[in-house]
Amino acid sequence: MAKATFEVPELSQYPEVPALVSETMAHSAPFVSRTEFQEPLGFPGELVEDWQAKALDKMGELLGKYRGLRVYLDSCVKCGSCTDKCHYYLGTKDPKNMPVGRQDLMRKVYRRYFTLAGRFFPKLVGAADFTKEVLDEWYSYYHQCSQCRRCSVFCPYGIDTAEISMAAREIMDSIGVGQKYCNEIISKVYKIGNNLGLPGPALMDTLEGLEEDVYDETGVRVRYPIDQVGAEILLVTPSADFFAEPHVDGLIGYGKVLHEAGVSWTLSSHASEAANFGMFIGSYENMRRVAQRIREAAIQLKVKRIVFGECGHAWRVAYSFLNTLAGPWDFLDPRYPVPQHICEFTYDLIQKGKLTFDKGENDDKVLTYHDSCNVARASRMGDTPGGQFEIPRAIIKAVCNHYYDMDEETIRDRTFCCGGGGGLLTDDLMELRVKGAKPRVEALNNVMQEKGVTHMAAICAICKSQFTKVLPYYGMEMDQIVSLHQLVSNAIVLTPGPEDEEADEEPDDKDDEAEGDED
Amino acid sequence: MSFLTGVFALLFYFATLVLVVGLTLKVVQYARTPAPLKIPTTPAPTTQSGVVFRMAREVVLFESLFRGNKWTWIFGWVFHFGLFLVTLRHLRYFLDPVPLPIQFIQPFGIYAGFAMVAGLAGLWARRFLVDRVRYISAPSDHLILALLILIGCSGLLTTFVVHTDVVAVKTFFLGLMTFNVQPLPADPLLLMHLLLVAGLMIIFPYSKLLHAPGLFFSPSRNQVDNPRERRHIAPWAKQLEQQ
Repeated sequence: MAKATFEVPELSQYPEVPALVSETMAHSAPFVSRTEFQEPLGFPGELVEDWQAKALDKMGELLGKYRGLRVYLDSCVKCGSCTDKCHYYLGTKDPKNMPVGRQDLMRKVYRRYFTLAGRFFPKLVGAADFTKEVLDEWYSYYHQCSQCRRCSVFCPYGIDTAEISMAAREIMDSIGVGQKYCNEIISKVYKIGNNLGLPGPALMDTLEGLEEDVYDETGVRVRYPIDQVGAEILLVTPSADFFAEPHVDGLIGYGKVLHEAGVSWTLSSHASEAANFGMFIGSYENMRRVAQRIREAAIQLKVKRIVFGECGHAWRVAYSFLNTLAGPWDFLDPRYPVPQHICEFTYDLIQKGKLTFDKGENDDKVLTYHDSCNVARASRMGDTPGGQFEIPRAIIKAVCNHYYDMDEETIRDRTFCCGGGGGLLTDDLMELRVKGAKPRVEALNNVMQEKGVTHMAAICAICKSQFTKVLPYYGMEMDQIVSLHQLVSNAIVLTPGPEDEEADEEPDDKDDEAEGDED
Repeated sequence: MSFLTGVFALLFYFATLVLVVGLTLKVVQYARTPAPLKIPTTPAPTTQSGVVFRMAREVVLFESLFRGNKWTWIFGWVFHFGLFLVTLRHLRYFLDPVPLPIQFIQPFGIYAGFAMVAGLAGLWARRFLVDRVRYISAPSDHLILALLILIGCSGLLTTFVVHTDVVAVKTFFLGLMTFNVQPLPADPLLLMHLLLVAGLMIIFPYSKLLHAPGLFFSPSRNQVDNPRERRHIAPWAKQLEQQ
């Protein structure tokens, strides 16, 4: 059981909206970035001289570049609809963690310098000078937003606090006040190719190990190829999938599904990271630079399709932004969407009856499913709106006998963030992460009590890491969080290949591959 | 022309100018600012007509607010729908002859006046009673509610308690529209009503009342969910590609 230096919230049976308590999280702030992590991203190494003027210039620039930011800062009427929707507010009671409270930290500066009313009557409209205190407040509270978009669902104007948090972080980066966690990670992507800084040889080692493990366990040679030129599919997956638990069990699952599909595929050491932390810091340029690596890998490996592994914010960037940032994808096979989610891929095969499952293999578990925030509210799967909710559930139900949803108020587009998204998955924000997880853990706890649920599946590397770390604070087990493709992996019945002992025939020629999962 | 009539005539010309020019500038600004990324809050419609339908539900029914908070929704919707009917009813001061539909809604417009004030009262009460809403309320949030309630009450009073010469009021406004200023009745209640309305028109483009045009430009609501099918790119982002 993890030891906490702060008070872990108590779980209740019914969702409660706490009375606000000011400044409970004013002390929370992540480590500040250093020159070595700032400069590769094109940001100054430390707080610049004349920071206020430069920050305001940047803000003006962003207001001209992002219509959303301008409209969102103008439009809020303070109706209060969002005030009880943020998991960080529900877990910390700090009013600056209410979405509108967080937005107002920027809105007061916007009004002061960019609106007539704020210039002449600052007190009247709640405008304020951009002082060092305000900057510190920004640094603290704009790093208490996981950009999960739950607030935007309930706002009558769709105001998305994520957009404002991103802009705030971009402004702070531009004056040399960056967050170490995000910026160090992006530097690693530029230097090595992935968030965790795993070099190519280490990846190859790991993948070889996986092949051996799977062979030992199943007697079937499932390949986990990397940098294979000419493969049909480029699989881009969060680097946590290469070694973290339960992520790696998901990767094993993707490999098994791809094996059964009979399609050639490869990972890439150049684009060995699905996540794109450029989004977290609101930097279009950095997001684009990270995304370009995927394009480069696709060209270099001469693949026909791109499939993404389980990762929430990554899927947002992939689904919603990749075409914008790194497209057009006219050199890929036009019969498939670019990119595809591994769940879409697996679901397709299930629909076509290409996969065989022994559901009993998962009978030791009673499952529920956590809709990852950015998959739920910032992307889609399949052809119809809401496919991002139905497809993962359909897969789980195809591979497990026991499944129950959590309370309707806490799933699908009303899902709660795990508490670690948006660049907050760092140990220096542990208190925030534990408290922010409360609404989700509460719903999980209730379905555990009422339905006997034992495990929660997720399709996001951040969710998986976050729950692994945070569940013990609430007296639960870290392995109660599982990868969705881990469940697939458990249940899938593998077809032995020609190199496997008991195998004597295996359709492995090109035609069958293409037929394997045509649309 | 009396001094009073002159002052109010100038006031309304000024207020109309500020409203129209201010709002136009704002709308042009919104329309010209690119939305560089696809950020509809999903699940989102995958077609343009789907987006029109989504937007219509937001504008007419306040769908998202309904999901967010039932009390705010009921008060907010009653206020806005009341205001809508009251505004339609007031068209009779600007149109001659009065079109049939406007004649028809006259009685409803009166009830709508009460509904509007009741809705506003509910919204204002929440600013005092709900701690979270109290926390986020700036003085201007209270003042705008006060302004609207005073407009509503003074209007209702001129209808039910201290009758005003509506024919003369109509002559005044029709005169303004043809730049032929006619005398305005000097009823204090009417003058207050008109003064506050002019005030509302003037603050509109410089306050949170911008939520009205804002909604239509909100990328999280007005974008089609089709990023994989169609490449979406802003002009400034396109420039990065040419570097």
